Amino acid sequence: MNETLDTRTIIVKVNGVEHRRTAPVRMLLSDFLRHELRLTGTHVGCEHGVCGACTVLVDGRSARSCLMLAVQSDGCEILTIEGIANADGTLHPLQEAFQRRHALQCGFCTPGMLTTLMELLADNPSPTEEDVKITISGNLCRCTGYAGIVKAALDAAAVLRGEKTPAA
Amino acid sequence: MKPPPFSYYAPTSVQEAVALLGSLENARVLAGGQSLLPMLNMRFATPDHVIDINRIPALTGIAVRDGEVVIGAMTRQRDLEFSPVIREHLPIMHEALQFVGHRQTRNRGTIGGSLCHLDPAAELPCVAAAHDAVVDVVSENGAREIPFAEFPLGYLTPSLEPGEMVRAIRFPLWPTRTGAAFVEFARRHGDFAIVSVAALVAMDADGAVERASLTLGGVGSGPMRMHDVEDALIGKTLDAIAIKAAAESCGAIEVDDDPYTPVHYRKHLCRTLVVRALETAALRAQGSRS
Ligand SMILES: Cc1cc2nc3c(=O)[nH]c(=O)nc-3n(C[C@@H](O)[C@H](O)[C@H](O)COP(=O)(O)OP(=O)(O)OC[C@H]3O[C@@H](n4cnc5c(N)ncnc54)[C@H](O)[C@@H]3O)c2cc1C
Ligand code: FES
Ligand code: FES
Repeated sequence: MNETLDTRTIIVKVNGVEHRRTAPVRMLLSDFLRHELRLTGTHVGCEHGVCGACTVLVDGRSARSCLMLAVQSDGCEILTIEGIANADGTLHPLQEAFQRRHALQCGFCTPGMLTTLMELLADNPSPTEEDVKITISGNLCRCTGYAGIVKAALDAAAVLRGEKTPAA
Repeated sequence: MKPPPFSYYAPTSVQEAVALLGSLENARVLAGGQSLLPMLNMRFATPDHVIDINRIPALTGIAVRDGEVVIGAMTRQRDLEFSPVIREHLPIMHEALQFVGHRQTRNRGTIGGSLCHLDPAAELPCVAAAHDAVVDVVSENGAREIPFAEFPLGYLTPSLEPGEMVRAIRFPLWPTRTGAAFVEFARRHGDFAIVSVAALVAMDADGAVERASLTLGGVGSGPMRMHDVEDALIGKTLDAIAIKAAAESCGAIEVDDDPYTPVHYRKHLCRTLVVRALETAALRAQGSRS
C-alpha cells in the first residue's frame, strides 16, 4: 500500500489554536501532537493504553491519545498540558497545587494526571478522596506513591470553589 | 509501537459502512478503539482497511420500547454509565460499568465494541448473557438477529459473518420485583476481572424465586450461564442454604488454568462471589437497598 497516498487533511483546534494539517491515516493522535504540532508535553509511556501518560481532553472528555488516530480528531477541540495554564502564563490552581503538594517527581505522568483531573474538576467541583483515587486509577505514577497527587487534587478543588487561597 | 499501514474510511451512514465491509477484503470496524488500537499498536491486528464507524449518528442512542431497552452499537460506555434510563431499567449494567476500565477508556469505548471484542473477563458481555440480550446485526444483504447465547463462538470471536457488523443490542426487561447484582474481583480497580458474577432474581409475592439468571465471567472463553443452578433456585426462598448450594455448584465447574490464577483460587472466587451476588440480588428484590 502506498502510504503517501493514504493521508487526510484535518482541521483540529488544539489549546484554542486551529491547525490544518495533512496526516498519514495510521498516525496516532499522540504522535500528531508531539511530532507534527511539536507539543511534546503530552507524554507517551506505553503506547497501548495502560499508563495514561498520553491523556488529553477531546471535546472536554479525557482520552488516551495513543488510542486515537489523528484523523479521528478532525473537527475536535483538544486540550493538552500546554493549554492548562492561565493566559497570562500563571499556573492553573491545579498546577499550583501539584507544585505545593509535591505531586510530581520525575514528571513523566504529570501531563496525564493533570488533564485527567481537569475533567474531574469540571464534572464534579467537590470530589471526595475516593473520587480522586478512582479517577486517576488509569494513570500510572512510578515515583510519588499517589498521596501527594490526591492531596493536590483536593486542594485545587477547594481553591476553585473559593474555599481556600492558593497559599494556604 | 505504531499501527501497520492501512487504508481508512469514515462512512456517515450504516448503508455506506456495510457496502464498504461487503466489498473490502480484510477490513476491520473501528468503534471506540480501546481494544483495537492497542492491538494495532502491538501489531496483533493487521487489517488492510479500517472502517471507522464513529461518524454514524444512527448507531448511537438508548431507547425503551416494547419491553426492551435498545442500545445503539456505538453508544459510549460513559453515556450508558450516566444514563437515567439504564439506571432505572438495567441497573445491573450501571453497576457493571463501574468496573469497566477507567474514565478515559469509558469516554471512548462502546457497548458494541465490548461485545465484539469479547474478552473472557469483560463485564458487558456478562450483562448481555445475563439478560438474554439479542444482537441486531447488518450486512449488505440485510439484517438478522443473534441471541446473545449464540453470539460468542470462541476466545475473542463473535459469531459474525464476514461483511456483518453489529447495529444495536436489545435487552429484554425483567419484571418489577427483580433484584440484580454485579460483583467481581480484580487485582486493581479498572483491571479485567479474575471472576465476575451477574445475578438477576425475580420473586413472587411470597418471596419465592420465580425466575433466576446467574452468569459467571472470567472462567471460560466467554460468559457462562449457569442454567442448572438457575433451575434449582426456582420456587425456593433465597436463604443461606439455597445460596450456599448454588455457590457450591458454581465452584464445581471446570475453569481454565492460567499462570497467574491457580484453578483452586478461581473456583474459590466463584463460590464467594456467587454468594455475594445472590445475597445482594435477593435483598434488592425485596426492595431493601443494601
Ligand atoms: C487500560 C484499559 C483497561 C480496560 N479495562 C477493561 C475492563 O476492565 N473491562 C472491559 O470489559 N474492557 C476493558 N477494556 C476494554 C474496553 O475499554 C473496550 O472499550 C472494549 O473492549 C472495546 O470497545 P471499543 O468500542 O473500544 O471497540 P474497538 O476497540 O474499536 O473494537 C473492538 C473489536 O470489536 C470490533 N467491533 C467494534 N464495534 C463493532 C461493530 N459495531 N460491529 C462489528 N464489529 C465491531 C472491532 O473490529 C474490533 O475487533 C480496557 C481497555 C483499556 C485500554
Ligand atoms: S502512552 Fe497512551 S496510555 Fe500509555
Ligand atoms: S512523577 Fe514520576 S511517574 Fe509520576
